[in-house]
Amino acid sequence: MFIRLSAAIAALSLLGSAALAQGAKPTDPQIAHIAYTAGVIDINAAKQAIAKASSKDVKAFAQDMVRDHEAVNKQALDLVKKLKVTPEDNDTSKTLSKQATEKLAELDKLKGAEYDKAYLANEVAYHKTVNSALETQLIPSASNAELKSLLQTGLKIFQGHQQHAEQVAAKLK
Amino acid sequence: MRSGRYLPLVATLLLGAAVVPAHATTIQITIDNLVFAPAEVSAKVGDTIEWTNKDVFAHTATARNGDFDVATPPKQTVTSVLTKVGSVEYYCRYHPNMKAVLTIAP
Repeated sequence: MFIRLSAAIAALSLLGSAALAQGAKPTDPQIAHIAYTAGVIDINAAKQAIAKASSKDVKAFAQDMVRDHEAVNKQALDLVKKLKVTPEDNDTSKTLSKQATEKLAELDKLKGAEYDKAYLANEVAYHKTVNSALETQLIPSASNAELKSLLQTGLKIFQGHQQHAEQVAAKLK
Repeated sequence: MRSGRYLPLVATLLLGAAVVPAHATTIQITIDNLVFAPAEVSAKVGDTIEWTNKDVFAHTATARNGDFDVATPPKQTVTSVLTKVGSVEYYCRYHPNMKAVLTIAP
């Protein structure tokens, strides 16, 4: 519980400070990069879960994550192509990726029911963090209407994932 | 006393209503941008629901009481026939924040 909360808080404050470090709100090419990176991170975590999880429900949840996040990211790629925008790497994306790599290594050490629990706890915390970033930073900062609308759809999907993860986690106990 | 005279008439009406088969119809429910629309639908047993999922995401229409569980793949229309009476709250298993109500009369 403590680890989960502190990880979420650390991620949140890092997201905040990374954006602040740039001195201004993120630009559309940066927002596109952050959103896409956030999706890739969850897909990687899900692929690890598909290989490692012992519970059928957890595996199924991970498969849902791959399917949905790939669908969102495909839409994001189609949109940046259409808008002729090149996603731009930035401190927030870098921080997210770095943390995700550490988390994957940490989860990789766990096994069985312990892994399942930790993966789901991280899914809940991660979606909370991303949803909060979408609500307070990314959506308000997006200037292109289509990008904003895609982020809003993403927020609804990810809020669904958060609830779904909470439900699967509750069933495990 | 006076109402007694009307009892047979009332009984006939009630029985009549039960015997005459209700006209089964097709009702459309659309899923667009993670929203079931209309959010509240009244139907009858025997009616067909035509579920159209306009999203690129897979969804489900899953009754909370277990009466039905319909998979609605992305960009597809599927149908299901209502078999049980009740006011049923349903949701999407993949995105439990998607909720709606189907009221099914006899």
